[in-house]
Amino acid sequence: MMAVYIKELLDNFRDRRVIINTLILGPLMGPVIFAVMISFMTRQATERMEAPLELPVVGAEHAPNLISFLERQGVIITEAPDDPEAAVRQEVEEVILRLGPDFAEAWEAGHPAPVELIADLSLRYSGTTIARVRGYLGAWSGQVSQLRLQLRGVHPDLTRPINVQVTDLSTPESRGGMVLAFLPYFILITVFMGSMHMAIDTTAGERERKSLEPLLINPLPRWQIMAGKLGATTSFALMTLALGLVAFVIAMSYLPVEDMDMALNLDLRVAAWAFLLCAPAALMAAALLTILAAFAKSFREAQSYMGLVILVPMIPSFWILIDPTRTVTWMTMVPLLSQNVLILDLVRGEPMNLAWVGLSLATTGLAALVLAAIAGTLYNRPNLIFTSG
Amino acid sequence: MIEANALRKTFNKGKVVAVDEVSFSARDGQITGLLGPNGAGKTTTLRMLYTLLKPDSGGIKVDGIDPTAEPLKIKRALGVVPDSRGLYDRLTARENIRYYGRLHGLDRATIDRRIDEFVRVLDMAEFIDRKTDGFSQGQRVKVAIARALIHDPRTVLLDEPSNGLDVMTTRALREFLRQLKSQGRCVVLSTHIMQEVAALCDRIVIIAHGRVAAEGTADELLARSGEKTLEDAFVKLIGSDEGLLA
Ligand SMILES: Nc1ncnc2c1ncn2[C@@H]1O[C@H](COP(=O)(O)OP(=O)(O)OP(=O)(O)O)[C@@H](O)[C@H]1O
Ligand SMILES: [Mg+2]
Repeated sequence: MMAVYIKELLDNFRDRRVIINTLILGPLMGPVIFAVMISFMTRQATERMEAPLELPVVGAEHAPNLISFLERQGVIITEAPDDPEAAVRQEVEEVILRLGPDFAEAWEAGHPAPVELIADLSLRYSGTTIARVRGYLGAWSGQVSQLRLQLRGVHPDLTRPINVQVTDLSTPESRGGMVLAFLPYFILITVFMGSMHMAIDTTAGERERKSLEPLLINPLPRWQIMAGKLGATTSFALMTLALGLVAFVIAMSYLPVEDMDMALNLDLRVAAWAFLLCAPAALMAAALLTILAAFAKSFREAQSYMGLVILVPMIPSFWILIDPTRTVTWMTMVPLLSQNVLILDLVRGEPMNLAWVGLSLATTGLAALVLAAIAGTLYNRPNLIFTSG
Repeated sequence: MIEANALRKTFNKGKVVAVDEVSFSARDGQITGLLGPNGAGKTTTLRMLYTLLKPDSGGIKVDGIDPTAEPLKIKRALGVVPDSRGLYDRLTARENIRYYGRLHGLDRATIDRRIDEFVRVLDMAEFIDRKTDGFSQGQRVKVAIARALIHDPRTVLLDEPSNGLDVMTTRALREFLRQLKSQGRCVVLSTHIMQEVAALCDRIVIIAHGRVAAEGTADELLARSGEKTLEDAFVKLIGSDEGLLA
């Protein structure tokens, strides 16, 4: 068994392409994509919040008070294009403010004066701008109504029956955790990618080079041969996992997190926890991919199966992304889902619930062992041994 | 010493009868040839001998060991050069052979000593430390033989060993097989080339359509068929000359 293990590692380490792909590019890809994505997102967000707001206005002459209020707030009022709807539709402008002649009339009469915001709410990037414009309009509206009430001798507080205050208990870590929501997905995909090549090479590859039949003639129970191969694949997956986590830690330390008023709780200690949590998942990935690859007759055939299986770790991750909920016990018992929720808790800086960690390790470990046991029986099937005829 | 008794193997749920009631024996110190045209059932018979396939019925004994009872022991007793001779092409020839030595549980020193022996006997010095990627057929066969015999087995099975070899390499291979025989080993090889059995084998088992058509020494076969040349004898015994004349 050790002989198989050592040989498979040696064999695969000889392949420079494999090393570059799985041990260097694979672990690096996640952190790099992640870092670029986050710094881009936050830069965009801060730019939108702080950049001077340019607002094209149609019919500015109908509401000089409003316009001068906006200008005092630092909004740059610009000339609106001739066809405001078309301009927004073609994404030349994000938001256009339109004031019709009826504005002045309604204003004089003391009715709510119509103000029209032209925007495409399905364009996500314009959300911040719309919110800012609405904020200014709301502020002005509040100011005017207070003045009006005071003129009539009514205390403005009468119109504010309640005063809502939100006490934000989020910590910089927990706000950072929101950003790190993608992390479990990247970690798990690294594990799957890390074991993929080796799983194929040791099974389908062995069949393709016609070396499986001679190998099985050796005086070794077949499950031991499989165990050696699985062990090598798992080691490879663990190596990629470790490298990937370290790469993440390094990449995150370069992010401008202070600017965002958050802390990314991803240091080596957290990485070590994540490694522990994902270690049984590495065996599981290795066994799952090995089982699939063992059925394939060639490298290519195996790779075509793998494309689909790579989606498996995505399912729980995306579920969590779409429907974020509090971690409850049953979640920690579902392999792959448990890694997701626990890593998220971890990066949010919450104390580790050791019982949950234990449950996750136990259930994922058990699933992995079952898969490994199935893999161990595979070479007892003659149709998986012979390449042809 | 191999005894095969009424071996039968079918594929595709009994639709394809690959081997049907094949019985023969192969003695130590002799080379036994399984001769038959393509698809006759030679490979299937050998696969049952080296326990990769389970016979549907019938029994095998190698040196008195029953493969169903002691599969690992029988594998230790056998050295097999199967039909497929895939090597690991990122490893050198030496590493390929060493891997099989480790799988047999041999220690490092024994493996190295045996490899040195093979390098000498099989003339492998030139390529033993090269990666096997791009090896010629002859070089591949030599590596496959060396790794199959690394544990010094008493019984040697070879499936079409001279497939794809040129005349010189074939001669060297035959010489090597004679050496194995003179060391008292039991050698069984399969081939569809009649000249090969004629030149090499002490006993000949003719297989056609999954059955043993005839068995014996060359002289016995001549006598039984009443023909003058081996070639005619084979044609008569099999009932046709398909695929036997190389
Ligand atoms: N795994 C298998 N599945 C289905 N049929 C098989 C299988 N292995 C062998 N056969 C069939 O059994 C018969 C005997 O095949 P076998 O490989 O033993 O012939 P052979 O004598 O070695 O021929 P060759 O000289 O071509 O190597 C053939 O008809 C073959 O198609
Ligand atoms: Mg054959």
